[in-house]
Amino acid sequence: MLDYITSYLKSDTTPGQAGNFFWAFVYILLIFLGLSVAVIAMNWLERKILAHMQVRLGPMRVGPHGLLQPIADALKLLIKEDIMPAEADPVVFWIAPLIVVITAFTVFIVVPFGPTHAVTDMNIGVLFMLGVSSLSVLGIVTAGWASNSHYPLIGALRSSAQMVSYEIAMGLAVISAVLMTSLNTDGTGTLSMIGIVQAQQAQQTWFIFKFFPLGLIAFFVFAVAMVAETNRAPFDLPEAESELTAGFHTEYSGFRWSLFFLAEYSAMIAVSSIAVTLWLGGWMRPFPHWLTGETWDLVFSLFPGVTFVLLALITFYSTIRMPKHPYFRVQTIGLAGFGAVLGLIGLLLFVPPVRDRIQDIYWFAVKVAGFMYLYIWYRGTFPRYRFDQLMKVGWKVLLPIGLGVLIVTGILGVVLS
Amino acid sequence: MQPVATTFFFYFLSAVTVISGIAVITRRNPVHSALALIVALLGQAGLYLMLYAPFVAGVQIILYAGGIMVLFLFVIMLVNIERAQKEEQFNKQWIVGIVAALALGVLFVLVYMKGKGLFPQTVAQLPEGENTQGIAMLLYRDYMFAFEIASLLLLVAIIGAVVMAKKRI
Repeated sequence: MLDYITSYLKSDTTPGQAGNFFWAFVYILLIFLGLSVAVIAMNWLERKILAHMQVRLGPMRVGPHGLLQPIADALKLLIKEDIMPAEADPVVFWIAPLIVVITAFTVFIVVPFGPTHAVTDMNIGVLFMLGVSSLSVLGIVTAGWASNSHYPLIGALRSSAQMVSYEIAMGLAVISAVLMTSLNTDGTGTLSMIGIVQAQQAQQTWFIFKFFPLGLIAFFVFAVAMVAETNRAPFDLPEAESELTAGFHTEYSGFRWSLFFLAEYSAMIAVSSIAVTLWLGGWMRPFPHWLTGETWDLVFSLFPGVTFVLLALITFYSTIRMPKHPYFRVQTIGLAGFGAVLGLIGLLLFVPPVRDRIQDIYWFAVKVAGFMYLYIWYRGTFPRYRFDQLMKVGWKVLLPIGLGVLIVTGILGVVLS
Repeated sequence: MQPVATTFFFYFLSAVTVISGIAVITRRNPVHSALALIVALLGQAGLYLMLYAPFVAGVQIILYAGGIMVLFLFVIMLVNIERAQKEEQFNKQWIVGIVAALALGVLFVLVYMKGKGLFPQTVAQLPEGENTQGIAMLLYRDYMFAFEIASLLLLVAIIGAVVMAKKRI
């Protein structure tokens, strides 16, 4: 038994490929845990960042700087009454949030957080991610239909039209990146997520800079399409609150609604990790071929620890600035404790064995976090599209651009090799 | 890696496919039928995976379950279901249906009786990690002409559908 567990540590593949169930299970648990923490953090960050963009303070009451607000919200959602409309279709109403949440989490089994840090590596990696995430629209459509109410149905119809249209532009952008993986000596490309990052490593460039500006344009098409795919602002027509109250999940409350919420954020993380894997070099650190040598390796491996120590310092600074009134004493102590935990994590990340293993995960997470910030930024800046504008952008702008980039990439690939 | 519990997964996926296939034709509500059809298609995708054809499975999910079925549901929702349920079924093809079902049943029985001679005894060992590349070689090198003809046919069908559906182009 112990042999079975330790034997994987010597192999340098993913647990899925090594056929080791124990480690596959551990990885799945870790990813699930990490995602849940990320969703909680995103909930807080989104409110805070949006608030500061609009010159407000955002949540300040529950915990210091509103840090406990997501937990309070989760508690509220769990103890809220679960209402089902009398005329709703009970079975489909019950299944719809499950479809959305399962598809949003299933895609993470092929996301490569590092050369060996993925649950498994499939021959069809990208195709699997796109396929399974395209199933989530089924959940949205059935949710809207099962509610048996006007606003949800309109929201569901809008979302199915939108997601089917933008999937095409997204697919074309992905194909042009997959085409770039075949520019090696034997001319065969790959769809596997780990293989795509290794191809970027072998060609010594991120695909966003390949055939400049072709990679950049394909990335731009994907970046627009992925916002539309996840139903986020400025493409949030399925849940446009000024027109449809809450769109397809108007009739959902309590726990079922929180499943939709969870699925939305984990789908955002999923599409961002596709973008990071295909164009931004996945787990690779910046300038792996330019800034080489032991010194640079050491400098870049210190980044994770430095990040956490910086976060801890910011927290301590906020602790000092907390009001001195006795009413805030518990909150001040709590914030100091949070800072201490962050600092300890930072110090742990400086230990050489941990430092070496955590690096790829850190760089992947940082790139994904950049996309998460972009999502919030879009929401704070862009006004919502009208439905005909949305269709025009999808079919008349993104689709031709994607096709053109694909053709030119193919021609350049043949000519230059 | 070596396949695990192959028999169990084969019977499980077959049962899922067959049961949801029966549900497709027995449910009165078209949306329930469509959902059951999606489950059947996903079960089929699992069977393709067991045949070492991950690419076919992925395409099955992305095209049928993710693309076509969404459009099916989209259309079903626009149709007034209450009226459609009350209307009398005017499709009187049950004789043809029975004949077709009997023919298919006889075929199944024959295959079951003579199955040993028809199918190879050993399972072909296919490279698991090369499925996508293999299909690409077949489609874009060996049978490229036939593939392009088929895609041209589909393009004509798309243009025809647009011309028929839109009065003013």
